[in-house]
Amino acid sequence: MTTRYTKDHEWIRLEGDVATIGISDYAQSQLGDVVFVDLPAPGKKVNAGAEVAVVESVKAASEVYAPAGGEVVEGNQAIVDDPALVNRAAQTDGWFVKLKLSNKAELDALMDQAAYDAYLKTL
Amino acid sequence: MLNRQGRPTTPHAAANSAVTGTITGNRGLQMEEALIFEIGEEGRTGVDLPDAPKVKDRLGGLKRQGKIGLPGLSEPQVVRHFVRLSQKNYSIDAGLYPLGSCTMKHNPRLNEKMARLPGLGDIHPLQPASTVQGALELIDQLAGWLKTLTGMPAVAMSPAAGAHGELCGLMAIRAALKARGDVRKRILAPESAHGTNPATAALCGYTVDPIPATAEGRVDLDALQAKLGPDVAAIMLTNPNTCGLFERDIKKVAEMVHAAGAFFYCDGANFNAIVGKVRPGDLGIDAMHINLHKTFSTPHGGGGPGSGPVVLSDALKDFVPVPYVVHGSDGYRLVESGDTKSFGRMKAFNGQMGMFIRALAYMMSHGADGLKRVAEDSVLSANYVMASLKDVMSPSFEGPCMHEALFDDRFLKDTGVTTLDFAKAMIDEGYHPMTVYFPLVVHGAMLIEPTESESKDSVDAFVSTLRGLAEKAKQGDQVEWFQGAPRLTPRRRLDETRAARSPVLRWKPGSNGAPIDKAAAE
Amino acid sequence: MRYLGLTEADRGEMLNTIGAGGIDALFKDVPTGALNPQLDLPPHQGELEVERAFAAMAKKNVSPMEVPFFLGAGAYRHHIPAAVDHLIQRSEFLTSYTPYQPEISQGTLQYLFEFQTQVSMITGMEVANASMYDGATSAAEAVLMAQRITKRSKAVLSGGLHPHYRDTVATLMDQTDQPHVAAPVDLAGNEDLATFIDEQTACVVVQNPNVFGHLRDLSGLARACQAKGALLIVAVTEITSLGLVTPPGAMGADIVVAEGQSIGVPLSFGGPYVGLFATREKYVRQMPGRLCGETVDQDGRRGFVLTLSAREQHIRREKATSNICTNSGLCALAFTIHMSLLGEAGLTRLAEINHGKAVQLAEKLSQMKGVAIVPQAFYNEFAITLPKPAAEVVEKLVEKKILGGVPASRLFPGDKSLANVLLIAVTETNTEGDMDKLAAALKEVL
Repeated sequence: MTTRYTKDHEWIRLEGDVATIGISDYAQSQLGDVVFVDLPAPGKKVNAGAEVAVVESVKAASEVYAPAGGEVVEGNQAIVDDPALVNRAAQTDGWFVKLKLSNKAELDALMDQAAYDAYLKTL
Repeated sequence: MLNRQGRPTTPHAAANSAVTGTITGNRGLQMEEALIFEIGEEGRTGVDLPDAPKVKDRLGGLKRQGKIGLPGLSEPQVVRHFVRLSQKNYSIDAGLYPLGSCTMKHNPRLNEKMARLPGLGDIHPLQPASTVQGALELIDQLAGWLKTLTGMPAVAMSPAAGAHGELCGLMAIRAALKARGDVRKRILAPESAHGTNPATAALCGYTVDPIPATAEGRVDLDALQAKLGPDVAAIMLTNPNTCGLFERDIKKVAEMVHAAGAFFYCDGANFNAIVGKVRPGDLGIDAMHINLHKTFSTPHGGGGPGSGPVVLSDALKDFVPVPYVVHGSDGYRLVESGDTKSFGRMKAFNGQMGMFIRALAYMMSHGADGLKRVAEDSVLSANYVMASLKDVMSPSFEGPCMHEALFDDRFLKDTGVTTLDFAKAMIDEGYHPMTVYFPLVVHGAMLIEPTESESKDSVDAFVSTLRGLAEKAKQGDQVEWFQGAPRLTPRRRLDETRAARSPVLRWKPGSNGAPIDKAAAE
Repeated sequence: MRYLGLTEADRGEMLNTIGAGGIDALFKDVPTGALNPQLDLPPHQGELEVERAFAAMAKKNVSPMEVPFFLGAGAYRHHIPAAVDHLIQRSEFLTSYTPYQPEISQGTLQYLFEFQTQVSMITGMEVANASMYDGATSAAEAVLMAQRITKRSKAVLSGGLHPHYRDTVATLMDQTDQPHVAAPVDLAGNEDLATFIDEQTACVVVQNPNVFGHLRDLSGLARACQAKGALLIVAVTEITSLGLVTPPGAMGADIVVAEGQSIGVPLSFGGPYVGLFATREKYVRQMPGRLCGETVDQDGRRGFVLTLSAREQHIRREKATSNICTNSGLCALAFTIHMSLLGEAGLTRLAEINHGKAVQLAEKLSQMKGVAIVPQAFYNEFAITLPKPAAEVVEKLVEKKILGGVPASRLFPGDKSLANVLLIAVTETNTEGDMDKLAAALKEVL
């Protein structure tokens, strides 16, 4: 159960067939106080790199892109009710959606923790 | 996924309260003021109206049931309420307002007087042409000035503001492309563009492709060439650009864009820097909106109304929106519809006449000689600000600049003070901050536009204040002082996070009372 | 030159500080040959000369103050209390900008909050924004909003919708080739728009009272929209009507767009006016334009800020809900002040007077041979049919120094069925004498 990252600062973690995705701690700190998230309905199919959610802070707004393709199984109602959870726990309880992946091999192209940490240093 | 940088939107916790312990919460001339809904009472009114005629109503059973809920206030209550509110606002009339890209220049009161003349301020947009010849003449005269100043053959007068003008320009471009059977899908715009440019392009169904800038803050011609193609409808380029620089390769840009069969939309938000000095028509543009509330001094009014006439090239002029004024043997008349190539209509009626009057009064007051001086003085003042601050703040690009000077936050590096803190500290010194965090192409941007309205003494005082603040920030031990600013204002930093997380967008019955303690009670 | 702050000596010193040899050195990036063009424009003038020029142009117009005046059709002559114009000319309102720095803009922000509340109240809706350009652009934005909410494309436009509104909506929709269906012109006021709604319909746009004056109960239409998943957008061009008439919110409207000019804003030949935009709370994040919200400051005191900005162009750019930036701030202020002066009692009375006078004139005109009042139920404006072309009649009335209404042909050019239709508006500004003069003149002209 390793976490992988995109250059757009999404993380993805696979358990069985279902992957959980969210935004990285770095991303939440850059956005500032998150005030709103818009999540997809279960059943929606997305390709890798497609917009899967929207996250807003007061002065910023961003699309969250699917790190890998699949079908939405669940959105995290907890961050809809309390967007601040994304700030408090971006990489744990503040997850965005669970996706049933169509091709697990897509994860291989993403960064692991060490590569992501190195990437952050270049920013 | 990050396409924008956030910044602190809740006040810093550390800063101490600045509220002094008066019984009322008032502080001398600074009065606390409740909402009208909290002041008003049933049975009071600020107007005296006669009894309504005694007739049997013809409302078809649709008479309103129940109350609206509006409060009743006497005239003195209303006057006092709004006077007190006004005293919580900064304004150009009260001080230098260096809001880059917004051109906060003096608003002559003659303009206001002219807009209120009987026969101008009170005429109806659908009066017969024979009864509004003077109004049509006025629009025609203003159009003439705009065409002469820009060197363009036509102008669409009806757009209601700058962004509406952009929309007009892109609609004309789309119509021209359609007329030649050419469907194009992409608009190119620099990364530094106003947000209205991509938003407008999207309204017209175009995708927006950003063009990077060079290290000198101008359009990268190689990158532009690489992005041009048969599916590019237009480039949207602000000139002078949002970094306050003149796009020195603009003619080359126009050639490249035209060679690709695309159109050149120029965002004229910064026309103030070149009015009377340079005609955009000589630079190869096809369309440009002019913010009358920027260059031509119509009041900003707390955020409008604006007015955004769009000058058009020969290639686009046939597609102007209705209505427009024509002059024939029988005088002036409005073309409101009919068998033309017009792309359609952008709003009801004839455009922002009240703004036309003010802008024309401003133009006639300045004349050709004065308008040229406007551009020169605004550019001179901005360069003077840049020269006077370059050793203590960090200009983003090599000068000369045009009417605004762009700085970034490098001079605050390692001080713990942010652009936002720096701006808030200016407020306590009696200045409206410059535009901050725009354009997005530099970090912690501060865009200063002094305008031609300021005397040298005024600019000198401003410069010395900023120098003092920059030096204070660099002391290193003043972070809390900056983070607590402003302290002397009707309100201190506001909790924008709270406003956005649980929006309260209107007063509701029952939310009366204890407004000030509401937060404390939580 | 009176508006410029620098002296020649200042300019010299400033150039020295900059290290520039002359002013044109600062314009060195301008392409060769494009600097300092000869402009065929007059030189600067003093106040007196400018005033003369404007007075001369004003004199060529017929002011509604001089003659009996009955024009409406989306812009109405109302009396504006003196305090309104005085207060909006206060420097701190007139010469400030968008409240980007809330600590020194609480005046603007608080009146916007009050404006939003007033607009919500009178339209019978839950939330309103801080204004749009005008009623027509509000209508166009409402259609786009309905498309975003329903994820459908088609708009159905009532045959009683003001043609300027209809055309503004259509022009915007045409940019992205979105389908819009305009119902046939509805002079009789009995169209059934429910028959136009299908599974692709995002919204129905209907005006009440409509352009011919018909007041209709839209509750049935609201139910029909709801049943098919479409939104009902109600346009109101005469906002004082809501002092007397059931508001669109109470009839089931999802979005209310309106022209706010009647409250506080002068006719000014068609602009600037103020677009009102109100909707249900659940749709707030799909709204266009600025929103002001309540919050607290660092010391816990109530204050106001612009909020939910992530919808807007300066943050969301190409994904913004609208491209609007500058809106109609000062006109919104005029509206807020005038509405504050009126209050519940004043607005109600004002509306009763408007309606009462309109009924009186309608009764007067209906007794004339060849004249028929079109709508059964109306507020302060009604269409009449004449035995001859209305445009000709209006011109003849001008000769008799009466501005007698708006010929429908002005709004519906080419529609021969409307050639003899005249739109007549009556407000509190019309005296009985005005109405008698109109009736007498019509009698002579017809």
